Amino acid sequence: MNLDLTSTGDLARALLPELTLTAAGMLVLLVTAWRHTSGRDLRIAGWVTLTGLVAGGVAVWWLWWHTARAAGPPSMIAVDDFRFVTDGLFLAAAGLTVLVSFDYLEREGLLVPEYYVLLLFATLGMMLMAGGEDLMVVFLGLELMSVSVYVLAGIDRRSGAAAEAALKYFLLGAFASGFLLYGIALVYGATATTNLTQIAAQVRSLSLVQSPMLLIGLGLVLVGFGFKVAAVPFHMWAPDVYDGSPTPVTGYMATAVKAAAFAALFRVLVEAFGGVTAWKPIVWWLAVATMVVGNFIALAQHTVKRMLAYSSVAHAGYLLVAVAAASWAGSAALLAYLFAYTLVTLAAFALLAAQGREGERDVRIDDLAGLGQRRPWLALALAVCMLSLLGFPGTAGFIGKWYILVAATMAHENVLAAILVLTSVVSAGYYLPVIMAMYMKPQPFDQAHAGVRLGRPAAVVVAACVVGLLVLGVRPNPLLDLARSSAIVPPARAATPATGR
Amino acid sequence: MNQPYLAFLLLLGFVAFNAVLLIGLSHLLAPRKPTALKDSPYESGMPSLGSAHERFSVKFYLVAMLFIIFDIETVFLIPWATIYLNGAGSTGGPSTGFLLVEMLLFMLILAVGYVYVWKRGALQWN
Repeated sequence: MNLDLTSTGDLARALLPELTLTAAGMLVLLVTAWRHTSGRDLRIAGWVTLTGLVAGGVAVWWLWWHTARAAGPPSMIAVDDFRFVTDGLFLAAAGLTVLVSFDYLEREGLLVPEYYVLLLFATLGMMLMAGGEDLMVVFLGLELMSVSVYVLAGIDRRSGAAAEAALKYFLLGAFASGFLLYGIALVYGATATTNLTQIAAQVRSLSLVQSPMLLIGLGLVLVGFGFKVAAVPFHMWAPDVYDGSPTPVTGYMATAVKAAAFAALFRVLVEAFGGVTAWKPIVWWLAVATMVVGNFIALAQHTVKRMLAYSSVAHAGYLLVAVAAASWAGSAALLAYLFAYTLVTLAAFALLAAQGREGERDVRIDDLAGLGQRRPWLALALAVCMLSLLGFPGTAGFIGKWYILVAATMAHENVLAAILVLTSVVSAGYYLPVIMAMYMKPQPFDQAHAGVRLGRPAAVVVAACVVGLLVLGVRPNPLLDLARSSAIVPPARAATPATGR
Repeated sequence: MNQPYLAFLLLLGFVAFNAVLLIGLSHLLAPRKPTALKDSPYESGMPSLGSAHERFSVKFYLVAMLFIIFDIETVFLIPWATIYLNGAGSTGGPSTGFLLVEMLLFMLILAVGYVYVWKRGALQWN
């Protein structure tokens, strides 16, 4: 199906998922305007949200099924499989987050159905951001996503930690937006366009590869995205924000927000700056620093949530390796890894939310002692999550990491691949103690795990994620085929391997 | 340097020089006979009660924020109206019907927000 994006009807068709989600968001907003007093109202808002997400998913699937492609002049929105697959990922992450939140919100007495509205709008922002073919659309999507998530981080107004998290996230996010916008302005100054493909064309025809204005603009864009993906010199906010936010929101931030930022970063770097080699060493160093720092600081953490926060920083480093490969294979590896990582992280944070019990107390790794005897299923699920995060063979995490390694070596980034493997070994030092505590230590006192309740929707999510992790770990072909067929094919100039290192 | 920018720079320098000159001269030359009354914060008016650095209700922020949102709506309406009036469809742009629908959609989205704000009680002071 070819869509001529200059015609209104075709444009509406190309934007069908986004339009569906906008309508759903406004519908839930109206529902919450009248119903916002009881737990029942909360559930109604949740189910309406879920319906909206499913409708958005159907719209994405419809476009994907008809292999919709853009025809005609360059437009503001991309119509390709990369967009559809990442959209599906965001919608799935949002849907699973909604299911996890049902019990969490009621348990914590958070009678704010706006939570779901913000989730919907954040997801909409991600879809625009990852599908933007124009730097302005990318920026607008990023802002829509970020502003919604700032509020979500501080949705628990009684919690001091949540307020701190929201404020930190907001202030640093505002800085990041400023960097990104200034970078976009300089890129526009150098190329006279904000369209990604036209930037690439202008860079070629005006030979701007050495233009200081373009390079400074590119650098600032990288800084802006670096903040959003929590790459290492710009990761300072991440642990505090992840630690202070409500746990389901943390799971959403660590998966969907990160995935959206990576999808947009990859598209911008490959489509607009594929011919500029200057960003490759920068991303190379970012990846190395993120992998090393994230993994080593995670070793020193005592609470599970903070450990997972630093682990999420480390995983951003692995994903940056796929970005540094900047090839078709890198794009496929990025998608495969994002899928595996989203499944495992959502399940881990859902389990952590249950383990926190009422009042969301800190769960230290030692607090998990004896969980294997008392709650064997919970312990098994958490163990599978930890193994998958570690990249243990037989889980989807291994397949994702393997594909990143393949992409890196194909792009002759052998040093990066080696560092990835070595830092993964380091990560065993903080993932395995969780399993050891659960299975090899007795529970510290009777009833140490009393009151840990995983509600039914959340249990379904965890079960689905864990089964998905194991199935994809053994039979990864469907995931890999999907990732391969929807990878971004870089323009010919970018396909040449990066200079030897 | 470009001629128009040079003129602008000269103007900027002239303005700064003038301001410094006038304030500086009056500072140096004016006679000064202070009294307690003259030194009070407002020579003609009420003396201030207590500190001005007080905490005030967060509701003011909410009202200000809501005002800005609907203020911006008006700001958007004006350029739209001029384009609409000049018949954008005749000059090759989008047709007037499209423009009308687009603006109505924009206002619908804002109306949804307005209904939400109203029903949720953000416009009530208590």
